[in-house]
Amino acid sequence: MTSLSEDLRLRIRAAINAQTKTNINVLSSLHAVLDDLGYIPEEAVEEVASSRHVTINEVWGVASFYTNFRFTPPGANSVEICWGPTCHLMGAQDIVSAVLGDLGMDNEGDTPDNMVSVKLNTCLGACSQAPVIMVNHRLIGRATVDSARAQMSKLPSSGH
Amino acid sequence: MPSYQELKSQANERWQELTNGEKPWIRIGTAMCGHAAGAFQVFDAIKAELDERGIAANMDEVGCLGICYAEPLVDIQKPGRSRLFFGNVSPEDVPAIIEAYLVNDKLPENNTLGYLGENAELGAPNLADIPGIKMQQRIALRNGGNTAPNDILQYIANGGYEGLNKALFDLQPAEVIKEVTDSGLRGRGGAAFPTGVKWSFMVRAEPPKYILCNCEEGDPGAYNDKGILESDPYTLLEGMCIAGYATGATNGFVFIRHGHEGPIGRTERAIEQAYEQGLLGKNILGSDFSFEIEVALTGESYVAGEETALMEAIEGHRSMPRFRPPFPAAFGVWGHPSTINNVKSLSYAPEIISKGAEWFSNIGVNRSTGTAIVCLNGKVNYPGLYEVPMGLTLGQIVNDIGGGVPNGKSLKMLQTGGPLGGVLGADSMDVHIDFDEMREAGAIFGSGGVIVIDEDTCAVDITRNLVAFTQYESCGKCFPCRLGMEQLLQVVERIAIFDGKPEDLDLLRSIGKTMEASSLCGHGQLGFGPIRSAIQHFESDFAAHIEEKRCPTGSCLPPMIAPKSTRPYAVDYVPPQPQGTKA
Repeated sequence: MTSLSEDLRLRIRAAINAQTKTNINVLSSLHAVLDDLGYIPEEAVEEVASSRHVTINEVWGVASFYTNFRFTPPGANSVEICWGPTCHLMGAQDIVSAVLGDLGMDNEGDTPDNMVSVKLNTCLGACSQAPVIMVNHRLIGRATVDSARAQMSKLPSSGH
Repeated sequence: MPSYQELKSQANERWQELTNGEKPWIRIGTAMCGHAAGAFQVFDAIKAELDERGIAANMDEVGCLGICYAEPLVDIQKPGRSRLFFGNVSPEDVPAIIEAYLVNDKLPENNTLGYLGENAELGAPNLADIPGIKMQQRIALRNGGNTAPNDILQYIANGGYEGLNKALFDLQPAEVIKEVTDSGLRGRGGAAFPTGVKWSFMVRAEPPKYILCNCEEGDPGAYNDKGILESDPYTLLEGMCIAGYATGATNGFVFIRHGHEGPIGRTERAIEQAYEQGLLGKNILGSDFSFEIEVALTGESYVAGEETALMEAIEGHRSMPRFRPPFPAAFGVWGHPSTINNVKSLSYAPEIISKGAEWFSNIGVNRSTGTAIVCLNGKVNYPGLYEVPMGLTLGQIVNDIGGGVPNGKSLKMLQTGGPLGGVLGADSMDVHIDFDEMREAGAIFGSGGVIVIDEDTCAVDITRNLVAFTQYESCGKCFPCRLGMEQLLQVVERIAIFDGKPEDLDLLRSIGKTMEASSLCGHGQLGFGPIRSAIQHFESDFAAHIEEKRCPTGSCLPPMIAPKSTRPYAVDYVPPQPQGTKA
């Protein structure tokens, strides 16, 4: 193990052990790691399995089931676009095409330089303001292709 | 620990101080719609303006009044006076509002919506006269937009915990169940099962017993559960305690989706405050009743909102449904008796106990008593979160409250009850909001979403979106849904891109019939619903696509981009490579 990997394990263990709820399990431990690191490294799968006394298979099963988990470091900026029915009929697809097209992507994912991660979300919970996008955890309603492009151009190059 | 009377007395003092004290009280709606409209920037602008001018005021972030189209919504209450509301406020509007109203006691030129309160305010219109306010009857959302979601004293000052206090000291658990049953309350999560009856299933079981509150709310277009948590989490906590007392439960979980930071944060803080004031934990309000509540987060998964999948997620597993029997009341989380209720259902309990079953059952119609919390959105002039008596018609919701379809377009469809709820045509305006009547009309009231769709959207377009969602969210456990949804999606997509065949509609029906008969849970059983209702009401749109290779509105022309991943693999899942081998 490299020392980087060992440092990562220590950090992961700290995140898992910092949980204060009474209901601690594989999912809550994965969330603890996600909240700290922004992704689930391979080491975390092993550490969660070990701390919960379950198999690595069980942990991969949970982590790969829920679509909020990712397995590589997130981009410096995160952009989520809602593709639910309300946002769809209010013009979300135009925004999706524009944002992905501008970044040279054809679907969810990360730009090659990992400056931006784009995700499609089934509902951002602010349907009266459709179409809704979320840029670095900030909800932006009544979005248009122009306002989405304006947000994209303002993304800090050093991340949020 | 303080008694109810002591808390009430402190609470009344606090409320007096806020509404008729030394300083004006400024409230800003910062629930998710407010957030998306820019309310946090407005909050900061107000704070900065007050600091600059040296004006002292109490400021609170509040939840939903219901008129979401007017977000960001700000109201100012001068001591002893009515509240004056300003709508669609931007940070640039703030200086003029503060200058005009706080400094010069005049109405600003822009943004004034009206007043709420006993006395008129500077000639502004009475906000209680607009249909969006007048037609509401707020019970679960009675404090939304009025009290701060994280000041428990404000909740108590407005009648909070009176219900629980009455239940604990004046009623036996069986009497509480009788009140809730007699009120006619039916579950507001979608299945509409009588809540009191559901509670009665768990009474004789051995502890530990659990009350599980379902706030997964994965239905796109529905935001009333999150709305309650962001506006008034205490009504839910009090409702869970009442359910716990009635059923003999010992513990409760509030089940929320990871990532919904507003609802999660406000609920966590509410729980903390409740513990501090002896309203959770051991010997609540000095009684023999003890109850613990904790938030449990699910990952992103729509099926996690299904009762038994929810229990799997609380235990930390993949949220896949269980076979029933055994039912949750016999074998629930960790094998212990559990009752799953929706946020809305539990949020009614405090008022049902304090005001009585008869009061509640006199609201609404037939076997749909009480109120419906409608999430009205889409192509409508006044989208919002409207709590109305059951029995209003869809026309009253869409036209009277919603102001109809904008830009002179005609109403084409309503999509109700979440994606699996199906669609209704424009001829449904006389259908009443009533669980049974709507089901007979071929739609589901479900969790309360009403999405308004106009003539510019093709039925095939909205169907492909609903079917893609349903397929994406299939958990994969049972093959009728896993394979069936995939096939339904492929056929609908072929139709959308003008590659449909005449026999496709029968093929869809055949797949749907199999899924309905053999899927493990409602997701697969109802998965064909969107297609069935779309073909029933809009067969001509499908015919145009299949026979004429033409989209009647053009909205199907851009290809629909949906996430390409399906369960169980996430997009960037890369199996680990063994050490020492070449890639």
